[in-house]
Amino acid sequence: MSTPTVNVSKEQAPTSGVGMFAWVRSQLFSSPLNSLLTILSVWLLLATVPAMVDWFVINANVSASTADQCRQSTGACWAMIVEKHRIILFGLYPYDEQWRPLIATGILVCAIVLSGWRKLWNLSLLVLWTLALVAVAILMWGGVFGLTYVENSQWGGLPLTLILSTFGIALAFPLGIVLALGRRSNMPAIKSICVVYIELVRGVPLISLLFMSAVMLPLFLPEGMNIDKLLRAQIAIILFAAAYMAETIRGGLQAIPKGQFEGADSLGLSYWQQMRLIVLPQALKIVIPPLVGLFIALFKDTSLVVIIGIFDLTQAAKVALTDQAWRGFSVEVYIFISAIYFVFCYSMSKYSQLLEKRLSTGHER
Amino acid sequence: MADAIIRMKDVNKWYGKFHVLRDINLEVAQGERIVVCGPSGSGKSTLIRCINRLEEHQKGQIIVDGTEITNDLRDVEAIRREVGMVFQHFNLFPHLTVLENLTIGPIWVLKTPKAEAEARAMKYLERVRISEQALKFPGQLSGGQQQRVAIARSLCMDPKIMLFDEPTSALDPEMVKEVLDVMVGLAEESGMTMICVTHEMGFARKVADRVIFMDQGEIIEQNTPDAFFDNPQNERTKLFLSQILH
Repeated sequence: MSTPTVNVSKEQAPTSGVGMFAWVRSQLFSSPLNSLLTILSVWLLLATVPAMVDWFVINANVSASTADQCRQSTGACWAMIVEKHRIILFGLYPYDEQWRPLIATGILVCAIVLSGWRKLWNLSLLVLWTLALVAVAILMWGGVFGLTYVENSQWGGLPLTLILSTFGIALAFPLGIVLALGRRSNMPAIKSICVVYIELVRGVPLISLLFMSAVMLPLFLPEGMNIDKLLRAQIAIILFAAAYMAETIRGGLQAIPKGQFEGADSLGLSYWQQMRLIVLPQALKIVIPPLVGLFIALFKDTSLVVIIGIFDLTQAAKVALTDQAWRGFSVEVYIFISAIYFVFCYSMSKYSQLLEKRLSTGHER
Repeated sequence: MADAIIRMKDVNKWYGKFHVLRDINLEVAQGERIVVCGPSGSGKSTLIRCINRLEEHQKGQIIVDGTEITNDLRDVEAIRREVGMVFQHFNLFPHLTVLENLTIGPIWVLKTPKAEAEARAMKYLERVRISEQALKFPGQLSGGQQQRVAIARSLCMDPKIMLFDEPTSALDPEMVKEVLDVMVGLAEESGMTMICVTHEMGFARKVADRVIFMDQGEIIEQNTPDAFFDNPQNERTKLFLSQILH
């Protein structure tokens, strides 16, 4: 038995419902307010973008050899960056040895990129970072293998920013996890210590911690005991970041339902096994967005070490600007270092999105 | 009872001021199947959760397989290796595959090598008829499938005692049967001691050696299923049975 065929006339969709014209109509001019906003936006773009493109690219000067030549053109003076890039990137490091911080930067970036590879998320990560630390230390300090010794007050620029933020994040993260677990502990002594630490550190700005580490700590140390200034700044950064990470991670821990702990308990898993295998993987996955936000903020906060006279990327840029021969081009220099900061921060952000997607197992909302 | 595997003597528990377990005296023989029923708030879940120390009792003694439950963590962990639990809301680990859920206990607690743990896991997955889902995540399974995985997960630890805390209460009706079939199969094939808190009275009739009725923290009546359902002695038992389908 077959169903009789029926002739159904084919209807075309209405012409104003499809195509470019319809899109413009519905997205840009769908109501009087939206139409007004569209016109204003277009006007704003026309007023600014051509001028910006003009300044950035068309009239920019890349090949001038003196400042006066550069001032003659109306566009950006990228030639200054070409001239000064070494001092901006490497600070006061001896000119002939600057290949060393360059390689050290490369090693750090490689270690960071490799750390994102999930196959390495076990003990080999520890090995990787120990090797990276040793390699960077040898390259930057020298004194062995025929390399001349360069003391760390001469380090500066991008390698220093990377060192401070990379080791800052790498060491603050485990400390933050321990603090978060400690704050949730049932043992009163541990809980109090963690609470006091977190609230004290969160209550002061990073600048004051850096200042205390540079100026106050030497006063309290016994006579003759000297801790390197860079090391003190690094420790201050680690302690500062750990407090914020602890609270973020604690938020993630609170989101894990009690049933997960009970399921793990019923299998006989110990406290640390539970945390490592069941609870922390889920908790950290939940807080990837705010945690990476903290990493990004920490990377930029390292610029505060200028207050204690350590030459990070921002300070090196300022030093480049003190050259009287090339005065007046501060915009170009700040755009240059902003671009460097942006590359690193945006990469971290993009990586976190990738990580979230890779780790999703279909139980998120 | 001489060879009781679980012995509870004068067990009392309070949640703050609320007296949730009152003078519980219970002995469970090895291989016995017990169904605990009663109205909500009667303390049935609390009772079985005290057996593996998910809840702490304040008074009395609980002795599981010769070990008394105290504050000593080592005793508690030893007991938890012998007692498996299946929860109302499954409590599977969502970030691990089904296979990983099953092998995590044997590998980390029993120190079984990975290959052996996986072989055992596949065997139990086949037993609960869900082996084709081994590499899926719990979030991709239905409720009935998740509960069967949860049962397999507990079985992988080779426990002597299995506790079931309302295992089918969170399931759609059509999935209840598949889980009950697994539990009946478990009861009939293995010599496992089973204590099950449930409202499924058909299951109790089929499988239980003893039905225990609890109300307001006390054990009111306990008897064999036929005697319990057909000839309840206590007034409160009669009231409860009249309110449910049995």
